[in-house]
Parts: sequence; structure tokens; C-alpha cells
Amino acid sequence: MASGTPTLDAAAETMHLVDYRGDVKQVPTRNGFGEGLIEAGARNRDLLGICADLSESTRFEGFRKAHPAQYIEIGVSEQMLVAMAGGLAAVGKIPWIASYAMFNPGRSWEQVRTIMALNETNVKIAGAHAGVSVGPDGATHQAIEDIAIMRVIPHMTVVVPCDSVQTKKAALALSDRWGPSYLRFGREKSAVITTDETPFEIGKAQTFREGSDVAIVACGILVYNALIAADRLASEDGIECRVVNNHTVKPMDEAAIVGAAQACGAVVTVEEHQKAGGMGSRVAEILSAKFPAPIEFVGVDDRFGQSGDPMELIEYYGMGADAIVEAARRAHKRKRS
Amino acid sequence: MQTLTPAGLTELKLKANDVRQGIIRSLLAAGSGHSAGPLDMSDVFAALYGNLMRHDPHAPEWPQRDRLLLSCGHIAPVRYSAMANFGYFPVEELLTLRKFGTRLQGHPERVRLPGVETTSGPLGEGLAQGVGMALGAKMDGKDFRVWVVTSDAEHQCGLHWEAVLTGAKFELDNLTAIVDRNFIQIDGSTEDVMPLEPFAEKYRAFNWEVFECDGNDIEEFIATAREATECKGKPQVIIANTVPGKGVSYMEGDYTWHGKPPNAQQAEQALRELEAARKEIAADG
Repeated sequence: MASGTPTLDAAAETMHLVDYRGDVKQVPTRNGFGEGLIEAGARNRDLLGICADLSESTRFEGFRKAHPAQYIEIGVSEQMLVAMAGGLAAVGKIPWIASYAMFNPGRSWEQVRTIMALNETNVKIAGAHAGVSVGPDGATHQAIEDIAIMRVIPHMTVVVPCDSVQTKKAALALSDRWGPSYLRFGREKSAVITTDETPFEIGKAQTFREGSDVAIVACGILVYNALIAADRLASEDGIECRVVNNHTVKPMDEAAIVGAAQACGAVVTVEEHQKAGGMGSRVAEILSAKFPAPIEFVGVDDRFGQSGDPMELIEYYGMGADAIVEAARRAHKRKRS
Repeated sequence: MQTLTPAGLTELKLKANDVRQGIIRSLLAAGSGHSAGPLDMSDVFAALYGNLMRHDPHAPEWPQRDRLLLSCGHIAPVRYSAMANFGYFPVEELLTLRKFGTRLQGHPERVRLPGVETTSGPLGEGLAQGVGMALGAKMDGKDFRVWVVTSDAEHQCGLHWEAVLTGAKFELDNLTAIVDRNFIQIDGSTEDVMPLEPFAEKYRAFNWEVFECDGNDIEEFIATAREATECKGKPQVIIANTVPGKGVSYMEGDYTWHGKPPNAQQAEQALRELEAARKEIAADG
């Protein structure tokens, strides 16, 4: 940062964020998962890693090397991944199962519902390569419906961390917490905005920026875009946005969501997912019942992805900082009218 | 496993008859549910609970117990009736089958009824969970056995064969699958709907030890199961050839009884036939 740049606001200080306004370190969120799993496996020898032929790309590789006796490879069989993990959990293990989100839970949803959730087993899903930011692999591999299909299942916990540091914390926290869980993360390098000192608690949303004109409620790697958009809105429009890192989609922090809506009077939700059914939909469910307010949704608009550069796709599908700025302006205008 | 004496065999046959009567009574009370499969697996369930399995009905969560997974959850009435008749809960509770608030859900749920090892109903998922349990037991040096009862028709599910592959990879000799080979499914004969033969050869090709027997002959089934569980280095499958609806004359061999219960008159006849069979067993014993 150039000298003379104002310091980050109190919220960012409290959250021990890095100064995200300049060049920011870029690390894939999946790396954080890999690091967290190695640590979790050392803490608890009953914790297992089960993989379906994607050990390197899901970042299971380090776990396999660190804890070979706790690692199981079963080949390309995602339904098996869930069902077998259910059996292992039933005899006292804590299985983490990893594939691309498109295949698990994408392919294995009924097993997730029956064997993990209805049957109440302590199985953890790592959904890698989520979102259009998978990039060149194209639409078949870009899960943008997974939050929706997971959050509607009773007993399920759904966490979408904002960067690699937080993904590590989430992997550790979910390992220590009993219950069927889904941790969603991405493939591409993305901005690291939190630090080791940043608090993290499942089910507790975090205010990353203060503001009382519009609340931007975001999850995943787009939290960074939300912060950038908020700074632009402040300088260009004088609109001060509160930015909420809403990492736990289920159980969602209702008090934080209602509080943000009450403080700001208008809300923008931001996620790398279909607008339908995702984190933003849950925000709308909460607010329509408890504090109706104008909401604008930033996400994919009922379309499939395609091949391309990850950030190019984020822009094309309307999830870049520009799109968030526009959505906040619309929300702000609706508030006034 | 207990030594099977002639008196013990007679006792098991009487238990199987009790299980069948419990099935008929519970289905009549429920007014819906499956008849043919539960009846044809009554002998296997009597053999499992009465002879083959290590279990304690008064300690359903006993860590050292053998695990019995019912993959084809729709034949739950046989499991419920066997559990009741072997002391897990009062037989009167069988009359709550499928009713609001019951522990005996239309398809079994682990969380509701202690002793049910997993929630099942969606087909093709039991063996996969059994593989996980058997592998977990091996990892921890535990010596319990995992028994998985499957239907023949659920061998049309892809996931089941993923489990067969995986069981062989990990050499799970503590895993025994039992196939209710009754050749029927909802839409007709398995060989018309989607042929499964040559059935045994499929398992052999997947590197499992394969056994076949008459699934309605308790003595033969027990002998076969004992031989199977002696195997080292491979999971085993017992293809239990059964007669759908076994024990009730008008149901035997008729696929239309797959998914419906008897009405009052039919149930009365079924119970009359079963009671007559019971007297014969007692007289023979």
C-alpha cells in the first residue's frame, strides 16, 4: 500500500484482516483444506481420508503421505464414497470424503440424504472445484447447484469459507464437531484476506467491513470481490456497505443477517452459485419472515458455465466486483423509493 | 455360533414359524407393505438371530456384536418380527408397523430402533455400508462379522457392484453377503425385468467366494454360512435360493405378492396354514 492510504476500518481490524486493497497473496482454498486435514488427522487417529481417484486435485495428497494408515482409495465411485463412509462412521471413524463437488454431492445426493443425514452419521464431505472458477474444465465440472441441494437436507452443516486460511480452520472445526457436514471450496488461486488471528466459528457470520447503507452478505472467494466493491461504492457513490462473511450457509447466523438488514435497510447477497436455492435464497427466507428488506442477488442466473479463464468466467456470469457494485446501487435505490 | 443339535434345529424352525406369523399379523395391522420377501427370508433371519450371529437383544449397541445390515429395507417386516421374537422388543409392538409414531417405520431407520444397524430402503446401498463397517473393524483389529442381506433385484443397482469391487480390494473376509434369490421384483421376474444370470459367476469374476444353498432350509443355510465364514482373504456371498411367499400357499411363487399385504380373510388363512405347519414341526421334533 502506498503511504497515506487510510487504515482499514474497525471491523477489519477486529477480524485481523490483511489490507486487501492492494496486491493480495493468492492461494487456492483447496490448499487450506489439505493443510487442515493433515492437522486434524494428527489430532485424531480415527479421522480418515477417503478419496475417489482425485487425491492430488482435492489436496488429499499431503494427508495420504502424512497418515497413510488413515487414507483409503476407492477409485471412481462417488456413491460408494458416501455409503462406505457411512459404514465407517457407524463403527466409530470420522471419514472425510473428497471429490469434485459436481460428483460428490452432485452424483451421490440420495446416499448423502439417506446414509449421512437421515441415518445421522458423522461423515464429512469435501466438495472441491466448486463454482465456475474451475475454469477450463467447463460446465460438466462446475458445481453451481451444490449449496442448494445440501442446505435443504435436515441435520446437514454447510460451510463455504472465504479463503485458504479460513478453509483450513473450517476443516479443523468440522473435524471436531459431530455431524454430517459439507465443506465447499474451489480450485483456483484466490485472495487470502484473513489471517491466523482471524476468529472462526461455525454458524457465526463475520462483519468484515462496517457500513449502514447496504449490507453485502457474501460467502466463498467472492467475499474479496464484495470488499473491493464496497470500497468503490464508498469512494464513487458515498454508499457505505457493511460486508458480512456469511461462511456458514447452514445453520445460518440468523441474528447476524437480520441485524445487518436492520442496520442497512437493503441487502445484496453474493455467491459463486446459482441464484436459485443458494446462500442468498436462505437469506431471503430469513428476511422475508423476520425483517423484509430489498434484496439483490449476485450469482449465476439460471445458466450453466463453460470453459474459460476462471476470473473471466466470474466476470462473465455476473459475479465480479462491477456486478456487486451495480447490485448494491440497485438495492440502495430500492431502499430510498 | 452355537452347535446345532436336533432339538436346536426344531427350535429354530419354530422360531421361523413365529417370525412368519408375526409378519402376517403386522402386515394385516399395517394395511400396506411387502409380503413375499419377508416370508421367504424368515428361515435365514431365524438362523442368523438364533444361531449364527453374536448379539445380545438386551444390549443392541454392544460394540462386539456382529452387524446385520438389511440392504433391501422393504422386507423390514421380517427383521422386525425376528427382532421381536428374539427378544429385542415385545411382539405386540409388531402391530404398530407403518403407523404414526412407530419405531417400526415402513423402511427401517437406525435412529428410531436400536438394533437396526442402518437406515435402508433406497436399494443397492447396504453392501457399501457393510464394506465400510468391515473395513473399520479390520483397521481396529475388531473381530465382529458384518452380515448384509440383499435382494436379488438390487443387484441391478450400480452402487452395489461398486461395493463388490471394494470388498474384494480390501480382502474383507469378515464380510458375508446373503442374497435373497427369489427371482421376483415389482415388475415381474428378475430375468425378464433385467437378467441377473449367470449370477454366481458374476461374483466369482469380482473375486468373491461364492456359496449357494436352499434359503428355506435352515440346516443347510447354517452349514453353508459356517463354511463361508471360514474363508480367509475374501468376502463371501451366499446365494440363498428362496421361494417367494414361503409358508403361505397362495403367495408362494407369485410375484404379485411382492409389494402388498394380505387382507383379513387372506391373513386368517395364512395364519391357519402357519399354525398347522407349526404343529407338524413340533410333532417331527
